[in-house]
Amino acid sequence: MNPVFNINVYHFVLLSLGLVGAGVATILTKRNAIGILIGVELVLNAAGINFVAFNKYLHHSEVVAVAAEVELPQSAAIVPAGSFELTEASPSYPETMDKIGGASAQFVRRPALHGQVFTIFIIVLAAAEAAIALAIFLNFYNNFSSIDVERADELRG
Amino acid sequence: MFYAFAALTLLSAWAIVISQNIVRMAVYLLLTLAGAAGMYFMLEAELLAAIQLIVYAGGTLILIVFGVMLTSGNPHAQLKARGFEVFLGVLIGLAITGLLLLAMVNSQFPAERAGEYAHGYDRVGLFGQGFLSTYLIPFELAAVLLLVVMIGAAYMARRRAK
Repeated sequence: MNPVFNINVYHFVLLSLGLVGAGVATILTKRNAIGILIGVELVLNAAGINFVAFNKYLHHSEVVAVAAEVELPQSAAIVPAGSFELTEASPSYPETMDKIGGASAQFVRRPALHGQVFTIFIIVLAAAEAAIALAIFLNFYNNFSSIDVERADELRG
Repeated sequence: MFYAFAALTLLSAWAIVISQNIVRMAVYLLLTLAGAAGMYFMLEAELLAAIQLIVYAGGTLILIVFGVMLTSGNPHAQLKARGFEVFLGVLIGLAITGLLLLAMVNSQFPAERAGEYAHGYDRVGLFGQGFLSTYLIPFELAAVLLLVVMIGAAYMARRRAK
């Protein structure tokens, strides 16, 4: 298929490449402290897009064990036991199996959203970081009447 | 669709690098964030796109604009970087892009896998279940972090008694 119209993971990785380059360039070229903060936000966004793209294209489903009495959605893809490998990381590892009823458990293939969850945490951390950074900038502005980062040199070693 | 959002994201991201006015930079950041939200829509992460628009465009950006308004004492005194510094910064940014591009070309993603989430599942519901089971500890840590950040930011930005 034509790689221009058949969007795959490389397209999104390329996009976040451009984004992270813009972010680094912004961090390095701005003398305004808020400009540097904006650059950091760009880099974090690039990381988030990468996480979601890899989630969708490289790890979009996983097999989990659910207790036998749990009602599944009609379209749930039930996987016969033994047709896949159990790994320690997967929620269907034997210890988990014992908790949910051992041999009578059923296996279901369902969407894996680990990358998206990680991206939510990235967004939360970015918001927290922006709040703290602006508090610091306000303090700095009160002391120096400017937010030029070149004047923040009192801690020179 | 993909190319429209990609062009919006990349053009406004590099416009941030070029522009010298901090308010324009904030507007371009808004466009970039909107483009990234469009990317999340393209990747079938609807909840994430909504969160991106609400938290980033609605929260973080407002915070940044407030910061701009509170710290721009003299609007005519623009902080211009020296030409040499701009050249070096953009050069390093492009160099890092090139390095990562090289890494991407040399890495083999299993691209033959179709990127399709299983149908018939409520992915937003899976998010909720994940936050209260697999991701319970990071979730609680994030909650504590936000509380600490709220108190810390208010404490640092308070008006000092002279």
